[in-house]
Amino acid sequence: MRKLLLKGGRVIDPANGRDGMFDVLVDGGVIARVGRDLPAEGAEVFEVGRGLIVVPGLIDIHVHLREPGQEHKETIASGTASAVAGGFTAVACMPNTEPINDHAGITQFILKKAAEANLARVYPIGAVSIGSKGDQLSELGEQKSAGCVAFSDDGRPVATALLMRRALEYAGMLGMPVIDHCEDPSLKGDGVAHEGLHASALGLRGIPGVAESIMVERDVSLAELTGAHVHVAHMSARQSLRAVRDGKERGVKVTCEVAPHHFTLTDEALDGAVKYDTNFKMNPPLRETLDRDAMLEGIVDGSVDVIATDHAPHHADEKMVEFDRAPFGIVGLETAVPITFDRLVHSGKITLGRMIELLSVNPARVLGLPGGSLGEGVPADITVLAPDRMVTVSAGALRSKSRNTPFDGWQLRGGVAATIVAGRVVYSEEGGR
Amino acid sequence: MTTKAIDRVSGAQSAEAVPATALRSRHLLGIAGLDAGEITLILDTTEAMKEIAARPIKKVPTLRGRTVVNLFFEPSTRTRTSFEIAEKRLSADTLSIATATSSVTKGETLIDTVKNIEAMAPDMIVMRHASSGAPHLLSRICRSAIINAGDGTHEHPTQALLDAFTIREHKGRLAGLKVAIVGDLLHSRVLRSNALLLNTMGAEVWACGPATLMPAGVEQLGLRPTTVVEEAVRDADVVMLLRIQHERMHGHFFPSVREYFALFGMTRERLTLAKPDVIVMHPGPMNRGVEIDSDVADGPFSVILEQVSNGVAVRMAVLYLLAGGAQVHDEGS
Repeated sequence: MRKLLLKGGRVIDPANGRDGMFDVLVDGGVIARVGRDLPAEGAEVFEVGRGLIVVPGLIDIHVHLREPGQEHKETIASGTASAVAGGFTAVACMPNTEPINDHAGITQFILKKAAEANLARVYPIGAVSIGSKGDQLSELGEQKSAGCVAFSDDGRPVATALLMRRALEYAGMLGMPVIDHCEDPSLKGDGVAHEGLHASALGLRGIPGVAESIMVERDVSLAELTGAHVHVAHMSARQSLRAVRDGKERGVKVTCEVAPHHFTLTDEALDGAVKYDTNFKMNPPLRETLDRDAMLEGIVDGSVDVIATDHAPHHADEKMVEFDRAPFGIVGLETAVPITFDRLVHSGKITLGRMIELLSVNPARVLGLPGGSLGEGVPADITVLAPDRMVTVSAGALRSKSRNTPFDGWQLRGGVAATIVAGRVVYSEEGGR
Repeated sequence: MTTKAIDRVSGAQSAEAVPATALRSRHLLGIAGLDAGEITLILDTTEAMKEIAARPIKKVPTLRGRTVVNLFFEPSTRTRTSFEIAEKRLSADTLSIATATSSVTKGETLIDTVKNIEAMAPDMIVMRHASSGAPHLLSRICRSAIINAGDGTHEHPTQALLDAFTIREHKGRLAGLKVAIVGDLLHSRVLRSNALLLNTMGAEVWACGPATLMPAGVEQLGLRPTTVVEEAVRDADVVMLLRIQHERMHGHFFPSVREYFALFGMTRERLTLAKPDVIVMHPGPMNRGVEIDSDVADGPFSVILEQVSNGVAVRMAVLYLLAGGAQVHDEGS
């Protein structure tokens, strides 16, 4: 296997306490050496441009790849193309496909398709319960053997406290986390927007923040009881953050993620110049300013472990309908880095090192994945970031099969120069892939 | 809409607003887009339209040659009939489509349905839909003028306009009046449109209903909330009841119709707390013995049927103004 030398960039590698000008030599798909002025010695040289930053490959642990079953929205090939264009070398995909990934056979299918696409690494997440129906545990052990890295009934909460308890005990035995889409179904009802002033003004049925936090509180209690690891998906409500913080202070194994839209937008966006834009409809919904600010605070103070996109592609036809009939969700893989740079790093809220923790080190740690490090001997998954690149988001130019982004037309500072998986450049800005 | 609503509450817009000379938007999607001058223009125009209804031949050629499609995706008798009569009095060619006969049941999307209708070149589409914001969606793609005849739990602008016209006929003004709106606040598009309109015109709007039916952020909508009906009604110039829909009667919102009537029902006794010249309004259809006692509905303070009559004139005014405000010609006399 050929060698690759990344020459001349600033390397930020929090896992190894490294921040400085280093070269990175890749050999055989793993990182061979990190050092100053490394000789090429027959390696292909990748000149890292001025001002670019070499970091461990970014990992998005909350992605919907839609295959099998909903290939009109996204395929594993298009989703991973979107991932690498967004700087992600690996994604973990949620099991709410058709059929639901509640079985080793489906996990194997996903991995086969991912190998064919040969872009980002794909880590399947298996369903907690058969059909994600909340009745009977899936064969979690078999799914783990097939390659699942975590369990979730995402799209729905793990239905009952009893099932969540058993899932945590059983997954804990396997050393795996349970990822919960925390939402009390009775409080959510048929809501379509955050319960508050804007939903009231627009006549949209509301979903209160406590619909989420009440289940976060349940899960934290059950993680404490079982000693297992619960990960809170797409956290959005300030009350949930409080519950996670309380849990962490007590030593409970609870981690959480926040999506870029939840630390950027608020429900006011529904009542803007264009009202009822379904690209602002997602679940959990965009919440009010207090919640958005709480998410920022959690990101800054370390209570939030991970930034994950909840990349949820939907076909334009499905979104061009009445607001209450449109599906929840937006695409996120190709906007996460520019938003994180622009809103968190350049605004001075977090350091570059913290950004890499949120997008690489911690995602790897939470799901127990290889990666999150540029240490010698680890797989050469590397992202080259362009912190000062001006990016204009264009929905029509996304690699994803779907265009449902609320950020169309946004101008953001910070982008991705190249994405390298196992020592192979799978995306580069210049290459125009 | 919301920040405007707040401005309107504090900004004390003048009720004696100078009428605008035309509407700025080519659609009527809600009261949210209207300023005091535009509202005054519609109400003043309504007076002229109302006069037509008093004639032996109730028809003018104003909209002759124009096609208006009434697209009702939700059942409605009163509003649809009112629009149809208004259109016919203005000599428009009209066509009404109700859900049961539409393509929606065949799986066609709203946009495709309306694009097909648009291909036949109507001038205006009057639309009722169960989804909040449906007319806003269409206004982004349609060439026709869209008139919102009620969208979900969002707005029902012509209802608020006819309510305002009726109040103005009785009180001579809107500014400074105490208007108590009692009923299912959470699900009412009539409430939202009335809150916007009455605040814009300087009235003081009280919203009363069970805590379970109180919308989040009610104060920021420009409403004074209370769960005590006596407090809402005391010294009110106008008492407006909102319908309790049947599907809400068997849920978590309140224990029983009986208890609702006991706590919130508008009775003659409660009405004595209001000003002596109070008027009682209801957008219909009424549930007698639920939100309103028959004594009140049929009593001397009730203007409920006047609201219905005025509805035709208000809709004529809106159709006329959106069509460009051409001169209203006399045909009959």
